[in-house]
Amino acid sequence: MNKAGERLYNGILKENPTFVLMLGMCPTLAVTTSAMNGLGMGLTTMAVLALSNLIISLLRKVIPNRVRIPAFIVIIASFVTAVELLLEAYIPSLNKSLGVYIPLIVVNCIILGRAESYAYSNTAIASLFDGIGMGLGFSFALTCIGAVREILGAGELFGLALMPESFVPIRIFGQAPGAFFVLAVLTALQNHIRNVRKKAGRSYEKIGSGCSEDCMNCKDRKGCTKSFYKAEEAHGDDGRSAKAGTEPASKGKVALTKPVYLEEDK
Amino acid sequence: MSELYKVSSNPHIRSKVTTNGLMLAVIVALMPAAGFGVYNFGFRAFLVILTTIGSTVLTEFLFGLLRWKREALGRLTVTDLSAVVTGLLLALNLPVGIPLWMAALGGVFAILAVKMLFGGLGQNFMNPALAARCFLLISFPTAMTAFECDAYTGATPLAALKAGEQVDLFDMVVGRTGGTIGETSMIAILIGACLLLLFGVIDLRIPGSYIITFLLFVIVFGGHGMNPAYLCAQLSGGGLMLGAFFMATDYVTRPITAKGQYVFGIFLGLMTGIFRIFGPGAEGVSYAIILGNLLTPLIEKYTRPVAFGYRKGGKRREK
Repeated sequence: MNKAGERLYNGILKENPTFVLMLGMCPTLAVTTSAMNGLGMGLTTMAVLALSNLIISLLRKVIPNRVRIPAFIVIIASFVTAVELLLEAYIPSLNKSLGVYIPLIVVNCIILGRAESYAYSNTAIASLFDGIGMGLGFSFALTCIGAVREILGAGELFGLALMPESFVPIRIFGQAPGAFFVLAVLTALQNHIRNVRKKAGRSYEKIGSGCSEDCMNCKDRKGCTKSFYKAEEAHGDDGRSAKAGTEPASKGKVALTKPVYLEEDK
Repeated sequence: MSELYKVSSNPHIRSKVTTNGLMLAVIVALMPAAGFGVYNFGFRAFLVILTTIGSTVLTEFLFGLLRWKREALGRLTVTDLSAVVTGLLLALNLPVGIPLWMAALGGVFAILAVKMLFGGLGQNFMNPALAARCFLLISFPTAMTAFECDAYTGATPLAALKAGEQVDLFDMVVGRTGGTIGETSMIAILIGACLLLLFGVIDLRIPGSYIITFLLFVIVFGGHGMNPAYLCAQLSGGGLMLGAFFMATDYVTRPITAKGQYVFGIFLGLMTGIFRIFGPGAEGVSYAIILGNLLTPLIEKYTRPVAFGYRKGGKRREK
């Protein structure tokens, strides 16, 4: 699988930011009162995420280690401001229904998390696709949650009446407690599918990276991103610097090929 | 004689009390309130009670069956009667005119979401029946507050009281008023409470501290001072009696220590008073109790008794 495709796959399924990484819970719980809101929030976040990942990746050799977080925030905030103004101009209805959660994208932990763990140590194109993949995964999750909540809480889907006349909306799903219920049930469902696939030998992990975690018999050591085995061959293109950095024998070489910020922080 | 010298590992103190026996005692104690509810509101009240009990028992049975099949070690917990108690309590907290499918949904929520998913009996973090009542109250506000039925029209006495109208005290104490199925009759609930006290299932710590704190709160902030009619109406109206004797004393969700139980009761009294007098609605018992349930672990943490041989603060006593 090529790099871009692998990144997309990683973001949407393997490391879905909502259902697997459990990041960005605040907008997830707050804005998903309807499928449209969820989709809008997801796509807005995706735009910011992809662009900020791209720019941060391009600037990764320029940004000094010690001020990287303020630098990330400045870049992210600029894109959020731009997106907010665009939404206000062209989709005012969405802007109105998402309200304060648009400016709050600045502090969305998915965006900062991807900048920190991926874009800051990877090439520009891979980072761009990582952002798109993560954004699509986020949009997918938010739309799912929003759809379930809208169907149960209002009997509609994307604003169209779906349920029969006699259906009585269960109002709690339109409110905060309902968001928790739906998120929990969908996450459990996702874990169940994951377990079933694992049992059938078709685990997401294997498809994503081709890694069977059996490094002794692995033919693909050159392109390996996992560095379970022989850390000096690690390319550090998977944000795995922390793992490689903990192995003392590889410290020197890893430091040459990737930023050393994780070790400094210790 | 021989029984006294049994050599075994701990626990050394055993009790003959079983879960089944406790649950049966609670069911018996709830009978006066349930019976009066059926007498007061007619056959439909009986249907609501049957529906909720059916849905709680069925949910617990199916969940147990599912788990039992998969793990081959869980036992079918449905036989311990706790699901029946939950269903009965839930029905007593519903208005008589509620659509039956809503009542059934409440039963499923109580058992599935609040009890079984957290580990079954003994692990539920709040009272399942009350959690289901609040779930229904938020989900279907109109159906859950429609207390109009064939026998009574108009607001519940507590709502009337809040609006400043006069209420008939005798009717309120006997229970000939509108309201949920089981909460109207103070006398029937007190008979049940006496049974529970006689059986030794509950003691007066939580109900006593709850009701006294609530009374003091109403005297100070209620705006009617020591007016006995107003106080009596506040006591007998709404779910206060049912909540204080049957819900707040739930073994799983109340604190264990005596000190903790007093703290719990006082907290419930304060919250109920705040909800009833300063809140937008007339009733606040169910929210007060589930809030108290959530605070139970914290109360237990701070009222933990000092173990034998230890000083306060966890240090071992020096010889």
